[in-house]
Amino acid sequence: MEYETVIGLEVHVELKTRTKVFCSCPTTFGAKPNTQVCPVCLGLPGVLPVLNEKAVEFTIQAALALNCQIAGFSKFDRKNYFYPDMPKDYQISQYDLPLAAGGHIDINLSGENKRIRIKRLHLEEDTGKLLHSDDLAAAASSLVDFNRAGVPLIEIVSEPDIRSPEEARLYLNKLKGIIEYTGVSDVKMQEGSLRCDANVSLRPKGAKEFGTRTEIKNMNSFRAVQRGLEYEVERQKKVLESGGKVLQETRHWDETRGITVSLRSKEEAHDYRYFPEPDLAPLVISREWVQEIRHLLPELPAAKKARLIEVYRLPEYDAEVLTSSKALGDFFDATVASYPEAKTVSNWMMGELMKYLNARNLEIGEIPLTPGLLADLLRLIDQGTISGKIAKTIFEEMCSTGQPPEKIVQEKGLVQISDEGAIARVVEEVIAGNQQSVADYRAGKEKALTFLVGQVMKVTRGKANPEAVNRILREKLQS
Amino acid sequence: MKISTEMVEHVAWLARLAITGEEKEQLSAQLSRILDHMDKLNELDTTEVEPTFHVLDLRNVLRKDEARPGLTVEAALDNAPEREGNLFKVPKIVEG
Repeated sequence: MEYETVIGLEVHVELKTRTKVFCSCPTTFGAKPNTQVCPVCLGLPGVLPVLNEKAVEFTIQAALALNCQIAGFSKFDRKNYFYPDMPKDYQISQYDLPLAAGGHIDINLSGENKRIRIKRLHLEEDTGKLLHSDDLAAAASSLVDFNRAGVPLIEIVSEPDIRSPEEARLYLNKLKGIIEYTGVSDVKMQEGSLRCDANVSLRPKGAKEFGTRTEIKNMNSFRAVQRGLEYEVERQKKVLESGGKVLQETRHWDETRGITVSLRSKEEAHDYRYFPEPDLAPLVISREWVQEIRHLLPELPAAKKARLIEVYRLPEYDAEVLTSSKALGDFFDATVASYPEAKTVSNWMMGELMKYLNARNLEIGEIPLTPGLLADLLRLIDQGTISGKIAKTIFEEMCSTGQPPEKIVQEKGLVQISDEGAIARVVEEVIAGNQQSVADYRAGKEKALTFLVGQVMKVTRGKANPEAVNRILREKLQS
Repeated sequence: MKISTEMVEHVAWLARLAITGEEKEQLSAQLSRILDHMDKLNELDTTEVEPTFHVLDLRNVLRKDEARPGLTVEAALDNAPEREGNLFKVPKIVEG
């Protein structure tokens, strides 16, 4: 039987407020364990939470950027569960009246636009962090750091509109890009400020009803999300094909073994006994407040993409890639400001820059290359100081050292040889040493010329101006 | 509404409460009576009444995003039954 994959994602994003959501503890990432705690986030008796205004504003910003409707009235609820990562034994979250609902994200699926709907978006508090010694099985105890407990977190729940692990990755990537543009979060998966759980089920193709779903946790990178989902889809397919039933449960993605493993029966674990949080007053969100926050939003990826196509006449594909992350888009804008050949800038960014970053698994902010350096390099090519080929070598050097291109050219002796007398001397040497090729060329074999040009470039270590080499070679061969 | 002893057991487990067989019977009867009373309240027609989300008539109690010093590590860990370095130590809770 042919099956259709149905996926819904629950994405958690940590907000970049200075302080926690219900107390005034700082939220600095990487601080020493239990140095950013107070009676409120430690859940000591008799304390009262007070909501951080900025966390509400950031939530609304994110919701607007994701095309959600903002609730006029919202409240908080207690989600009860026993786990030592929450000192209160409940998490303050939102149940039936979330801050926002009904949004969407458009993803680009091999040239086609596909809309993934967002069901709801709510504000809650993050939990503490559990640490285990390396040997998980042998450890008799867990260690807890409560610095993260109470950091504001938004949960973004998609509708089950995603039909493949690939679509899931595209959705997550787009979501990350949009949130990054708003500036309300660092959205770094490796630091845990962006986390993703998935609900996965299969159904016979054409069926209306959903199959039984499993929830997949612990996918800690974009690659893990795709791999974890691919594994789970195959696993469920095998279960169904052998006549079995998929159990509704939570499964844990094991990155090392490349499999998902059962964690616990979902029904029991999800009996959270929500009830309204009596320690927090409800929120009334006026239209004026929403308008004010809307004005704070910067240009978002979709608008920026349209601008790059409109103003710079970039192909849609270029515009899509260049706006996929805020840092990349800002880099493009800044480079074009001092070197206006937009398509050339785009070619270098999409080609050499992406190649450099992808090979090292880095992001643009993590290398010393600046828009000014790239513009300088492109000018050196235009002036004929260096060839396009040499420029690629210099580019790589700039990416790793941040040295100005002129300096790299000087130090490595990479200046293009445009002195025709010097080139002519090398051409004569090459002609004298390659009589067979010279005869071939004169007998009408154009290919022989390419070989001779190559020889000249070899002697000059790629520095000879290729256009001059071609011209002088032809002249000498014809005389 | 009748609350069975199985239901009492389930809720007690969720709340990590240890209860005896006698208490189970007692709680089953008491909880059933409470819910019966709720059913009585449900007989009232409240279609025109705004739900009460909070007993106090307060809205939008917010604070500025400004950091204030919290507890020192020593004070934070002072009541911990067990610690390791600056971390709280708890019985292993890894599931699976």
